[in-house]
Amino acid sequence: MNTHSGTSAPALLSVKNLRVEIKTRDGVVPVIDDLSFDLPEGGNISFVGESGCGKSMTALALMGLLPQPAGRIAAGNILFDGEDLARATDARLREIRGNDISMIFQEPMTSLNPVYTIGEQIAEVLRRHQGKSRKEAHARAIELLDSVHIPSPQLRVDDYPHQLSGGQRQRVMIAIALACKPRILIADEPTTALDVTVQAQIFDLLTELREVTGTAIILITHDMGAVAQMSERMVVMYAGRKAEEGRVRDVIQQPRHPYTKGLISAVPHLLDTITDDRPELLEIPGIVPPLTEFGRPNCLFASRCDSATEKCQAARPGEIAFDNGHSSACFYADEMQP
Amino acid sequence: MSNDDILRVKDLRVRFPLKRTGFGKRDYLYAVDGVSFNLKRGETLAIVGESGSGKTTTALTIARLQKAFSGSVQLGDIDLLALKGAELRDMRNRMQFIFQDPYSSLNPRLRAEDIVREPLDNQNRMPAEQRDARVEELFSAVGLRPEQRRLFPHQFSGGQRQRIGIARALATNPDLIICDEPVSALDVAVQAQILNLLRRLQTDLGLTYLFISHDLGVVQHMCDHVAVMYKGKIVEYADRLTLFNHPQHDYTKALLAAVPSVASALRQG
Repeated sequence: MNTHSGTSAPALLSVKNLRVEIKTRDGVVPVIDDLSFDLPEGGNISFVGESGCGKSMTALALMGLLPQPAGRIAAGNILFDGEDLARATDARLREIRGNDISMIFQEPMTSLNPVYTIGEQIAEVLRRHQGKSRKEAHARAIELLDSVHIPSPQLRVDDYPHQLSGGQRQRVMIAIALACKPRILIADEPTTALDVTVQAQIFDLLTELREVTGTAIILITHDMGAVAQMSERMVVMYAGRKAEEGRVRDVIQQPRHPYTKGLISAVPHLLDTITDDRPELLEIPGIVPPLTEFGRPNCLFASRCDSATEKCQAARPGEIAFDNGHSSACFYADEMQP
Repeated sequence: MSNDDILRVKDLRVRFPLKRTGFGKRDYLYAVDGVSFNLKRGETLAIVGESGSGKTTTALTIARLQKAFSGSVQLGDIDLLALKGAELRDMRNRMQFIFQDPYSSLNPRLRAEDIVREPLDNQNRMPAEQRDARVEELFSAVGLRPEQRRLFPHQFSGGQRQRIGIARALATNPDLIICDEPVSALDVAVQAQILNLLRRLQTDLGLTYLFISHDLGVVQHMCDHVAVMYKGKIVEYADRLTLFNHPQHDYTKALLAAVPSVASALRQG
């Protein structure tokens, strides 16, 4: 499928200058600050960053699931097929959720209801959104379990979540999310709680389903390896802001933001061939700034950055654009060595 | 078997009783089923495997936090599994544990300095007036500032908490440190800080690590030898270069292939 879609294809989802504010004890803070990105029909994009950088908040904002009453969309647009979800009513959002935009969560253990069978939980979506009868929905649930490769689905459809393994539960979550053939699937750290071999199976399944159904996938993760395997484009988030965006290959080959560079080299990647030579890992000193510092008019990464200057402390860097829709919010993006 | 082996584990078995079905004999699950390995002083042995493969149970049994069914564990010349009471307590000075979750493995009601000092107080060997200086030394060794000594665990970030856990493990100058997934609960950018710290301490102090992890990237970076566990058994044991460059067992190959890697994406590009 459209491997080099880039920005040429018409956007299915277009987020423009999104600002999400959360009310805390210390006042209102922007957990997402001026975020823009496009997702074409059937495309896939990853959001990367540490915890507390606004990746999950982005997903929740798209789904209209911001924590209430603390969170709200303060400015910007979320254009889904031309419709602005930032201004949509709750009733309209309920129609869209699970139907046009679906989400799978990190913890397959806690996101399924333990007192309903998995068949009922899949059927619920179909009855709610497609008005199917109980019988039809049940039959479709079996088909869906089969499509996510659960063995003997006729028998497993009446199982309760505790009877399944972690990987199988995540497959059930995927079946629920895909029940209504959504146009966008948001996967929020879908494999963090799973073993590597199971993770590989889930990634294969997501890739296969995307090819079959044409569903666009938004993957939220902190694992650069997962991004490299799953996505064409990536957005690196830092402290609620977009640090860098571009094609995965471009960004990994030549990161244009010191945070991205740090994220890539701070992790000991599994190499195909190794030698006795073991260089120290590059450290990003410190941690993500506290929420109270979000929204300050400077570069929020400056306090952890080796090459920060007075300019970084004084002003917020704008976006600098490179080829293939690659962009970086760093004053010195041009000068970064690959 | 050479003299510089600090830890010798032989044919270790740990079993858990299963639910009795009807009359007759009780069935057992062998979580660790005949595991043997040696660990040289100053080296790192990594045990890798998926959840449920028995790697943590092995570590807990070596630390005498879990009862062994059969086999032997020797730390230096001491048979660990035979120790009791005061001798066992004494032995614990020589072996320390770094836990996975820095949020739940520190007592929330103790100050950082008291947490680090606790093994020294329990050990009762070092004169009380020297302990304070030792705590200060440990704080600087793991990269914490002296003024942070009076803080409580909740006032630290995850990475800093893991530093407190490392300082506590170092307090008694142990021969062996067992690290059970020491970075898997930490943020990606913070993992590097802790991994670098562990390696630096190993070089400076000549530490020996038994390193439990499911993350092959981390293992590749940290270990000298690797034991791959599957269903309670070691299916492959080799030095770092051999295991990663020429894996022999199918399970090892499958594990390696399952890890999504940045390198492969670049090559395809």
